[in-house]
Amino acid sequence: MAYPEDVRYTAEHEWARLENGLVTIGITSYASEQLGDVVFVELPEVGRKLDAMKPFGVVEAVKTVSDLYAPLAGEVVETNGGLTEHPELVNAEPFGGGWMIRVKPANAADLSKLMDHDAYARLIEEQHA
Amino acid sequence: MTRTENLAFPRRLLIEQGGPGHRGPELPACDVPAQPLAELLPGIALRDGLEFPQVSEPEVVRHFIELSTLNHHIDRGLYPLGSCTMKYNPKINDELASLPGFALAHPLAPDAASQGALRVIFELQQVLAAITGFHAVTTQPAAGAQGEMTGLMLIRAWHRSRNEGDRRRKVIVPDSAHGTNPASVNLLGWETVTIPSGEHATVNLEALAQALDDTTAAVMFTVPNTLGLFEPRILEVTKLAHAAGAQVYMDGANLNALVGLVRPADLGFDVMHINVHKTFSTPHGGGGPGAGPVAVAAHLEPFLPSPVVVENDGVFALVHDRPQSIGRVHSFHGNFGILVRALAYILTLGPAGLERVSRTAILNANWLMRRLAGTYDLPNPEHCMHEFVLSGRSLRRYGIRTLDVAKRLLDFGVHAPTVYFPLIVEEALMIEPTETETLDRLEHFAAAMERVAREAAEDPALLREAPFDTPVSRLDEGRAARELKLRWTAPHAAPAAAPPEAASRK
Amino acid sequence: MSFTGIGHDEQQRMLREIGVKDFDELLKALPQEVRLRRPLPVAGPLSEIELRRTFGAWAGTNAAARAVSFMGGGSYDHYVPSAVNAIAMRSEFATAYTPYQPEVAQGSLTVIFEFQSMIAELTGCDVANASLYDGATALVEGVLLARGHTGRRRVVIAGALHPNYLGVLRTYLDGADVIEVADQGGICPGAGLRDALGPEVACVVYQQPNFFGLLENPRGLHAMAHEVGALAVAVADPIALALLEPPGRAGADIVVGEGQPLGIPASFGGPGLGLFACRQALVRRMPGRLAGETVDAQGRRGFVLTLQTREQHIRREKATSNICTNQGLLALRATIHMGLLGRQGMREVAELCVQKTHHAAQLAAAIPGYRRAHAAPFFREFVLECPVPAAAVYAAGLDAQVLPGTDLGQFKPEWRNLLLVAVTEQRSAADVEAWAQVLRRAGGRA
Repeated sequence: MAYPEDVRYTAEHEWARLENGLVTIGITSYASEQLGDVVFVELPEVGRKLDAMKPFGVVEAVKTVSDLYAPLAGEVVETNGGLTEHPELVNAEPFGGGWMIRVKPANAADLSKLMDHDAYARLIEEQHA
Repeated sequence: MTRTENLAFPRRLLIEQGGPGHRGPELPACDVPAQPLAELLPGIALRDGLEFPQVSEPEVVRHFIELSTLNHHIDRGLYPLGSCTMKYNPKINDELASLPGFALAHPLAPDAASQGALRVIFELQQVLAAITGFHAVTTQPAAGAQGEMTGLMLIRAWHRSRNEGDRRRKVIVPDSAHGTNPASVNLLGWETVTIPSGEHATVNLEALAQALDDTTAAVMFTVPNTLGLFEPRILEVTKLAHAAGAQVYMDGANLNALVGLVRPADLGFDVMHINVHKTFSTPHGGGGPGAGPVAVAAHLEPFLPSPVVVENDGVFALVHDRPQSIGRVHSFHGNFGILVRALAYILTLGPAGLERVSRTAILNANWLMRRLAGTYDLPNPEHCMHEFVLSGRSLRRYGIRTLDVAKRLLDFGVHAPTVYFPLIVEEALMIEPTETETLDRLEHFAAAMERVAREAAEDPALLREAPFDTPVSRLDEGRAARELKLRWTAPHAAPAAAPPEAASRK
Repeated sequence: MSFTGIGHDEQQRMLREIGVKDFDELLKALPQEVRLRRPLPVAGPLSEIELRRTFGAWAGTNAAARAVSFMGGGSYDHYVPSAVNAIAMRSEFATAYTPYQPEVAQGSLTVIFEFQSMIAELTGCDVANASLYDGATALVEGVLLARGHTGRRRVVIAGALHPNYLGVLRTYLDGADVIEVADQGGICPGAGLRDALGPEVACVVYQQPNFFGLLENPRGLHAMAHEVGALAVAVADPIALALLEPPGRAGADIVVGEGQPLGIPASFGGPGLGLFACRQALVRRMPGRLAGETVDAQGRRGFVLTLQTREQHIRREKATSNICTNQGLLALRATIHMGLLGRQGMREVAELCVQKTHHAAQLAAAIPGYRRAHAAPFFREFVLECPVPAAAVYAAGLDAQVLPGTDLGQFKPEWRNLLLVAVTEQRSAADVEAWAQVLRRAGGRA
């Protein structure tokens, strides 16, 4: 399984992508496969301040539910409203249309503390070994 | 598929049948002088219509009988749901609970008019105390989960009586615990501390000792544990907990393995709940009603919910005046109709019969476990008690999940085991055959399990599409959760009925 | 008799195949010092014949076996059509478990969906769940939902709520959070309620009809709750709901109640049927089970348990409630009952109750020494002030095989002369006359 190279990863299976000073956050394809059919995503309100690796929301599948962890500290500037009507986008396009929140990072350099795609792919492999 | 199903009478909801002019049983004409409603209920707003079915009695009966044929149930065949104890429900018990003196008994009638009902409660308190070894029993909790919450409230009241209530707000549970344990703890505003299991899912005494301190209110254990194993060091668990000033709660969901063999009170527990719909055979009713009596050691007795039933010279009475009681937990006296059934079951069996139940439940589970051990992974090879847990993880290489195994089993006229619980076993299949089953039925179930494992390797696509011989095929649970259609709505009122395309993926 | 499936020879064979020499080897994890080595001190075994004799004798000592009942107070003697018993006793429903495998549980699931639909319609709410334990615990869950939703703690009880419901609420909640607004003339006083409200109030709870059988003014109560940002929680009777404006459509956020009047025998107070309905916006915080509509792989309509991630077996300490069950068999009884009575029958039962109750109240008022305790409109129940302790009226009733009402003295000593009288559609004009005779006789002893 290949993971996009333009994003950074957490051990909790979130991804983060820096674009024009803002960081877009979602969950990885691995996470969405583990969850199964996603049916509901609970996201924070715009303006909320997030702490690194603290829960910012909840993703619900039919029979599992999982907290979402902020890959880095920052303030929520946008949430993906499309997930209200179509939570299944998290399964269909985890790295694209299934994104969850956009954050103005407290310190964009924090991104470099997260895993790159190679490190994440190794993590998944180890978990499966 | 070109079977005859298209010619069958269409299955519709009751409200989609009948119409104006159809009605069920007639009511008597009003035989008192009728007065205009507007005079009797001045200024009261009345409703302007009730969108309810208008269907004749024969069609109502057919509707529900047709629906009944779509259910699997214990009177049809094996129902090996682990942790649920799906045993045979003796028929006479239902008749006894329906005797007019019981069925029509009013909960607020004076004690003198309720002697029979009070006696049933009193007798059940006595036999449950005898079976568990505890000092006193309340039969008020309506279900195991409510019993559990009641038990924790008793513990809280005890700590408060010793002025430790503010400090002791932490409850320790093992990671194999039922989900109700932390949910009940949360209801009290307490905090759950989960400790990891040790080797072979038994207690990790070190982790327990570390977690215990003077803020611990209680330790909750299921015995046997949710893997069906008897915790060999349980006496050390209760001793450790007591040394730290904590109370020890036993989740009694698995009591069917213990009756007549060991009494929970002798293991050092302070309080437990009893799921009479499991151990004592009251029907599950498609998900209730059950009942969850709570048994306690003597020091917790003053806190039991009021009222309690007592006996004096053959006269039974409700006692309300109990200053230390936590209060009541039910509108009236608990699920009395269920308590009648449980008492009838216990008296039918007697001491020897009760012990034979536990022994046979354990024998059946062990035989089935050994038989299936080569076919599925068995994470814990020790002898089990009344149930055991297999793992379907080796089927993953064929792209088969435990859910697929469960669905395929339905094609063999048996129910699937409990799946994905306990959480500490990957792809868990939790199997509890109960004492009800004959060797023939166990053989048949084992053969079905073996065949499904074979199919997983040879024809995984088949498993992923299963079941085939059920009234409906695999249902789209994701769609149900996304669309949340939780009630019928009149067609004219429903907005664009077509489901979004995106919902029907793959 | 132990209903077990294994014979003696099979036992030996199974032990051999397991690989142990005897049964005790399977129990080696049990500490020997606690193994029970003597029979349990439990009576039995009893044959069916003996069971019938024993339980039959016990049941016979309950007055209800013979008497005509005017008792209520949360448990009512409504008629249960024969078809309800005939269907509900069937193994297919009674001996099934929670519908965890929906492909072999469409019977139970369809019934739950129909039940939810009917309760939602009856209460005027968007959604109803698959039921809870009983009326009192349904109220607790409604209050917990309101507290979770508003983030506030205080609960205001508006007027006469059933004392047992209040008791259960106090058991679950910290007593200091429960504020009672005393009734005036049996009804919740608007001014008193307003004084009790403020920004710390999570919800206003009222009962309709209230504990005394009187009808409150729901719209006024809802509006006052909403003014301070609190939710309005109604404890409603399902028979009354067939006649009254549904609270959900009049602004109530949560409607709970006891479903016993819908085809369920009194059975000494349990099992009952907790009704729970609310606005769509609260559905993710709703306690208990929910069935939802979906399709199978061939596109056929089917039903499943849904939103299970709210429940304890998945959410554990984050679950909306610790409840694992509904009252499936009783929800079935209620569904059959409502289906049989239907649109017309439900309303007729409610109207018969109103007529007969008022007829009884008028008869009683003409008997010297008796008077209605309140003036407000009532539905199926009213409080009668007696010239003697209600217990004495009850005793006179027992002699005549009449249970003349509920002695309110069991709740408060100052209520000892009050009798709460319920008259259902089952009571004939002759029954009511026999009841009035009991009052005359008991009153004459004053």
